[in-house]
Amino acid sequence: MMQKFYFDHNATTALDKKVLGVMMPYIEMQQGNPTSQHSFGRHARTAIEEAREQVALAIHAHPSEVIFTSGGTEANNMIVHGAAIKQRESTLVRSNIEHPCVARPMEAMKHQGWKQALLDVSQDGVVTKEAYKNISAENVSLVSVMLANNETGAIQDMSLLHDFAKEKNALSHTDAVQAFGKIDVHFDELHIDAMTLSSHKIYGPQGVGALILNKRSDIEPLIYGGGQEKNLRSGTENIAAIVGFGKACELISESMKATSTHTHELKKILEVHLKALGAVIFSEKVVRLNNTTFFAFKDIEGSTLLTALDKKGFAIASGSACSSVNKEPSHVLLAMGIDEDLARGALRISFGQKNSVTEVRDFIEALRKELQTLKQLTAIAA
Amino acid sequence: MTKDIARKPIYLDYSSTTPVDPRVAEKMIPFITEHFGNPASRSHSFGWTAEEAVEEARDEVAKLVNADPREIVWTSGATESNNLAIKGASHFYSTKGKHILTVSTEHKCVIDSFRELEREGYTATYLEPEPNGLVDLEKFKKAIRPDTVLASVMFVNNEIGVIQDIEALGNICREQKVIFHVDAAQATGKVDIDLEKLPVDLMSFSAHKTYGPKGIGALYVRRKPRIRIEAQMHGGGHERGMRSGTLATHQIVGMGEAFRIARIEMQLENERIRKLRDKLLHGLQDMEEVYVNGDLKHRIAHNLNISFNYVEGESLIMAVKDIAVSSGSACTSASLEPSYVLRALGRSDELAHSSIRFSIGRFTTEADVDFTIQLLKEKIYKLRELSPLWDMFKDGIDISKVEWAAH
Amino acid sequence: MAYSDKVLDHYENPRNVGTLDKDDPHVGTGMVGAPACGDVMKLQIKVSDDGVIEDAKFKTYGCGSAIASSSLVTEWLKGKTLDQASEIKNSAIAEELALPPVKIHCSVLAEDAIKSAIADLKSKQGKLI
Repeated sequence: MMQKFYFDHNATTALDKKVLGVMMPYIEMQQGNPTSQHSFGRHARTAIEEAREQVALAIHAHPSEVIFTSGGTEANNMIVHGAAIKQRESTLVRSNIEHPCVARPMEAMKHQGWKQALLDVSQDGVVTKEAYKNISAENVSLVSVMLANNETGAIQDMSLLHDFAKEKNALSHTDAVQAFGKIDVHFDELHIDAMTLSSHKIYGPQGVGALILNKRSDIEPLIYGGGQEKNLRSGTENIAAIVGFGKACELISESMKATSTHTHELKKILEVHLKALGAVIFSEKVVRLNNTTFFAFKDIEGSTLLTALDKKGFAIASGSACSSVNKEPSHVLLAMGIDEDLARGALRISFGQKNSVTEVRDFIEALRKELQTLKQLTAIAA
Repeated sequence: MTKDIARKPIYLDYSSTTPVDPRVAEKMIPFITEHFGNPASRSHSFGWTAEEAVEEARDEVAKLVNADPREIVWTSGATESNNLAIKGASHFYSTKGKHILTVSTEHKCVIDSFRELEREGYTATYLEPEPNGLVDLEKFKKAIRPDTVLASVMFVNNEIGVIQDIEALGNICREQKVIFHVDAAQATGKVDIDLEKLPVDLMSFSAHKTYGPKGIGALYVRRKPRIRIEAQMHGGGHERGMRSGTLATHQIVGMGEAFRIARIEMQLENERIRKLRDKLLHGLQDMEEVYVNGDLKHRIAHNLNISFNYVEGESLIMAVKDIAVSSGSACTSASLEPSYVLRALGRSDELAHSSIRFSIGRFTTEADVDFTIQLLKEKIYKLRELSPLWDMFKDGIDISKVEWAAH
Repeated sequence: MAYSDKVLDHYENPRNVGTLDKDDPHVGTGMVGAPACGDVMKLQIKVSDDGVIEDAKFKTYGCGSAIASSSLVTEWLKGKTLDQASEIKNSAIAEELALPPVKIHCSVLAEDAIKSAIADLKSKQGKLI
C-alpha cells in the first residue's frame, strides 16, 4: 500500500489509541442506559459525569456548564436556535466567515421573523473593532464569532466580542471547534456566555461535542424528550463517545503545548517553501493557529493540484471538508475580498501531532513537481 | 472493574438499551482506529473509505425495513429522529393546517415535540388508548380534523410492548391526507417492517435498542410520494440538507451491522425469546394479585410488564437488585411519578407504582428466567408480609373504598 | 438512587414487623399515608399502665426509605414514655438514616405515624375512663 500523508487535521483527526482504550469497555461490554436506576445505569451515569469533569477541566469551565451534544454542528444549532427563541424577532449577529452550522441556522431563523446582521472581516480575515461599531441593531439576542477560523486559522479577538455583547445586552457565543486543542482556551477568562467544542478535532471520537453554557444564560432546547443534560438536550447519552471525548480532552491538555510547537515548526518550513514557489498565504499577517496554512497559486487550478497530490498519498483540503461537495470558492476568502479566481484555487494544509519534517519535505518535493507539470501543460495550451 | 463484573446482576432491561453485539463491535473498531476520515471530505481517499462504509450501512438499515437507502437519513438517535420528523414535517406543511395528533402513551420525546409545537401555535390532540394499550381505529379516525397535518403513533410501546396496527392507522392517514410518522425505536428486529407495503411517511429508528451503539439513529423519509421536512439542524448540508453535522462513521457502521444481524436472525431469535417470556409469565402468574399491563396478543415477544398489587414499586426495585429491570420507562425513572403510560391504560396509581418491566433479549438464558421467577416469588412474599395493604386485602377490605387521610 | 447503609440494613432486616391486637386497650394504632402517594405506614404501640411503650410493631407499604424509617422508629419507641415518644422529630430520623432530600417525606410520615398511634391510644383510653 502506498504511504499516506494526512495533512487534514482541521477536518478530522485519528482517534488516539489511549482514547480508544477507555472507550472499548463501553462498546464491547454490557452497558446500561444512564437514566436507569439499576447498577448498569448508575455505572454509565458515573462515567458520563467523569467525562464532564475532564471536558470542563480542559477549558477551565465548571462541569455544570458542559452540555454534551452529538457534535459541534448540533451545539452551534442549539445556541442559535435556543437563544433566538428566547427573544422573538430579535437580531442575530455573526461574522461573515462563520462555519455553515452557525450561518445556516441563523438564516433559517431569518425566514421565521428574526433579523440577521453580519460583521464583516478585514482582508486578513479578522473582525475588527470598526466592524462591531457598524452594527446598529439594538435588540440583539445573540452574537457569534468563531474563535479560530477552520480555513485560514485566523484567531479572533474575543474581548471585542465580549464588549459588544455586553453593550447590546446579548448572549455571546464562540465556535471554538478549531481553536480547542490548538491554543489555550480559558472559558472562565474569555467572559463569553457560550462556546462550542467538538471531539473529533482533538483526537477524540466522532459523533460527540459539547455546548459550554455559563449558568447565567437561559436558552431553549433544540431536541426535546427525556430531559437529559439538564433538560437542554434530550436523548440517551452516547456513553462510549462521551467517555472518549473526556479522555481526549485530558490528553490534549497534556500534549497541546508540545504539539503546537511541533506543528509551528512544520508550518514555518512549509510556508517558506510555499512562498518560494510563489504561493499566496491567506491571513498571513494576523495571528493564526500554529497548524494551519491556507494558500493558493495564481493561475493554478486548485482541484487539479488536489487530485494529483491525493494520488501521491497527500490528504489535503480545499476549503472546509463540509463544503467540499460544491465547487463554489471558499466563502471565507470571498468575505475577505480575495479575488474569485485565486480563491477557487485555495488549498488547506492542517498539521497534527504525528506529522513529521520528512513528510513536509516530501510534500514540498511532490508539489514542486506537480507545479512544473501543470505549468508546462498551461504553456502548451497557451 | 473486574470486581464489578463478578457481581453484575442479570440484565432484563433490553428495552432501555441493549448491549452492543460483539459482532457489531468487531465491525466498528477498524473504523475508529484505521479508516478514520470525515465522510464529507471528497478531496482525498481517507474520506472515500468512510463514505463507502456509511453507504453500505445505509443499505443495511434500508433492507431491514424494505426501504430505499435514499430514504434513510442518519441522526444522533431516535430522540432526534422523532424531533426532526414531527417538527420538521409540521413546519414544512404548516400551510395545510396546524392540528397534530398523537397518542398519550407515546415516548416522552414525541410528547415533548408536540408540546413545543403547541407553544408555537399548533393545536394538539393526545388520544387515549384502550385499556389494553391499543389505539381504537374509529377513535383515531374521529380525532383527525380537516386541518390535521401530522399524526404520530409508535410501532411498539417502550413500556408495555404492545404493537399498534400501523397499517390500518396509516391507511386512515392516507385517506385523510395526513402525514403519518411512526416511532419504531422499539420495533426493529422484533416485528416485521415492510415500508413498501406500510402506508407510513416517516419512521424513526435507534441503534442502541437493537444491539448497536448509542448515539446513532436514523429517520426514514418516504420518496414516493415524496415527503418533505424542514431541517432542525443546519450546516454543511449533509444528508441531503435534512440533517447537517459530521457523521460518526464507526457508529453508522455499527448501526448497519446491528440491523443486518437483526434482519438475518430476527425470526429464530423471536421464537427463542417468546419461549423465555412465556416461561417468565407463567412463573409469575402463580402468585395472587398479579396483573399484566397491556395486551398480551398484540405484543412483542420481548416484553413483560407486570404489576404486583399491594407492593410498592421502588421497594420492589430495591428487592430485586440482583436483576436489572425498569419500573416505568428508563427516561422518566428519575422522577417519582407513576408511569403515565400505565395511568393512561386506566391502572390505579398503586398498580402503576408496583409495575415492573421485564425486557428479555439476545443474551438472556433460561437460567436467568428461572432465577428471576424464584427471586420475585421470594421478595414479593416478603414485601407483602410487610405491607399493611396486603393485610387489609386478606381481611377482605376494599382498599379503594378506604378514606385515606390527606398527605 | 443511592441508599445509605443504614437504610439498606433496615430494609433487608426490618425490625419489629408485625401486628398487635388493635382492640387491645393498651394498643394504639396509627395508619398514615395513602396508596396513591406510594406510602402507607401502619405503626402500633403497646403501652404499659405506667405509660411506657413496651412493644412497637409496623407494617409499611412504601419505598426502602419508608420501610427503614418505620423500622427505625419501632426501635426508638420501645422503652420510651408517651411524652418522650411524641418528641421524636422527623429530622432526627432523616439524619440517622442519612435520607436524601427527595426522601425526607418518609421521615415526616414516620413522625406522623407516631403521633397518630399516640392519639389513637389516648382517645381509646379517654373513652375507657
